[in-house]
Amino acid sequence: MIERVLQTLVDVVSVGGLYALTALGIGLIFGVMRLINFAHAQLIMMAGYAILVLFSQSVPLAIAAAAVVAILLALGTERVVFRPLRDADPATLLIASFALSFFIEKTMIMLVGSRPKGVDFLPELARQIEVAGVRLQLLQIVTIAVSGALLIATTWFLRSTKLGLEMRAAAENFRMAQVLGVRANRVIAVAFAMSGILAAAVACLFVAQTGLVQPRMGLQLVVIAFVGSVIGGLGSLPGAALGGFLVGAATILLQTLLPAELRVFREVFLFVAVALVLLLRPQGLIPAPGLKARV
Amino acid sequence: MIGAGPVLEAKPDRRALVSVQGLVVRYGPITALRGVDLEIGAGECVAIIGPNGAGKTSLVSAIAGLVRPAAGKVVLDGLDVARIGLADVVRSGVALVPEGRNIFGSLTVAENLRLGATPRKDDRIAPDIDEIFQRFPILGQRRSQHAGQLSGGEQQMLAIARAMLSRPRLLMLDEPSLGLAPMVVDGVYELLADIKQQGVALLVVEQNATRAFGLADRVSIFGHGAIQLSGAPDAIAADTNFDAAYFGAAYADRGAPA
Repeated sequence: MIERVLQTLVDVVSVGGLYALTALGIGLIFGVMRLINFAHAQLIMMAGYAILVLFSQSVPLAIAAAAVVAILLALGTERVVFRPLRDADPATLLIASFALSFFIEKTMIMLVGSRPKGVDFLPELARQIEVAGVRLQLLQIVTIAVSGALLIATTWFLRSTKLGLEMRAAAENFRMAQVLGVRANRVIAVAFAMSGILAAAVACLFVAQTGLVQPRMGLQLVVIAFVGSVIGGLGSLPGAALGGFLVGAATILLQTLLPAELRVFREVFLFVAVALVLLLRPQGLIPAPGLKARV
Repeated sequence: MIGAGPVLEAKPDRRALVSVQGLVVRYGPITALRGVDLEIGAGECVAIIGPNGAGKTSLVSAIAGLVRPAAGKVVLDGLDVARIGLADVVRSGVALVPEGRNIFGSLTVAENLRLGATPRKDDRIAPDIDEIFQRFPILGQRRSQHAGQLSGGEQQMLAIARAMLSRPRLLMLDEPSLGLAPMVVDGVYELLADIKQQGVALLVVEQNATRAFGLADRVSIFGHGAIQLSGAPDAIAADTNFDAAYFGAAYADRGAPA
């Protein structure tokens, strides 16, 4: 029994961590640009393909390539698609991100086909290890460790560096931050680069978990993580991480606790829970401070 | 241009820091400024007085680069503000304390101040912030608290201190006494007098004329998107046209078609 509980707990934390990283990547961009970037899914997907191409040569090289590809794609889409729309209203930005997301996904389907490709990435992590008498998958421990480390690193960056301070100010009131001398291009580029790094980390963990790469990967992660960041409080980074974590955790708990015949309807229960949270706290669990009038 | 007179004739201390030339600002069909000319010299204190809706905020917004003029221009150190990026206006020496102060409520008092020093690269920032904490002990005591928890008057002091940390040559304040108790307003104007003493030029926009009159070297009465009357405070106060300019502008604004 204890073993079952502990295993479920590790499941919950590792899946929750993956969604928290995804939600944080989305939240960083929303914070500085009020853009809900659905193309975040394609950052994860392209990083996945970078792993597919290089994993058989060298694992560190594949991880580095995943990061470089995701960062460059994030910066490139910012420059080409989102910068010209910077003063557009959030609805325009949202639709642009949908268009971009479809464009990259369909282009990849055209180039490599839509069939999933198997990737035997980090097979050694599939090994079970015994911790205090409980058998756990090593990959889950790694997922928890990486998620935790990246959440801490992001928090440190935002709290303790000059650029992090500028990003938090820009997230609360971009115009006033600019009046004080904060450069919009720099802050936004850093946010995109960070979202690229987070997407690459999610891609590595997700590919190691599923062993598959396909043009549609990432979309489900991003949709669920987005729902999580709404629950947590759009525009609030702790809220995004917490909401992403809770939604990821809830899927695992529902999977475990629901009777077998109801498990197919897991998402229904999840979204009912989401609707309830939003009924009670429409502004999210940790509301953002700055979603009000600008200068 | 070589050997041309004006360069040699210009006295450095008299040269305009900011020169507003034929400035027109429109928001859609509404014209907020209808051709405003104004010069502010180094260390000079100019007060802009006028009723609500006279275009005062549009003027400081245009100087700060927040709104783009429909015609005319704002020249800062010989450069057209419209060509300077918004974030670089403060690097040219112009700081703005906007109406409503716009402190970052989710950041701490100390973080708000550090942001004020964004354009600076020197290592005097921490001592400067300590100096502010000495002058305003309440800000020092609350340095680690969220700035949103400060009172209105404390937020105004924080906003002015934050703007001063960029070491501006011109500090613009939009309605610095708005919504503050009279005693708090005294404190704000004492601080502004100190800043003026330091040789920083001031552009103070107010609805309430009395305070600004005591501080300013020059007053411009704004109404209807234009300067109605301009001169030394004493002269303006004595001018029989003052009431007409101020209140006339107020009534004209009220009755004017948009």
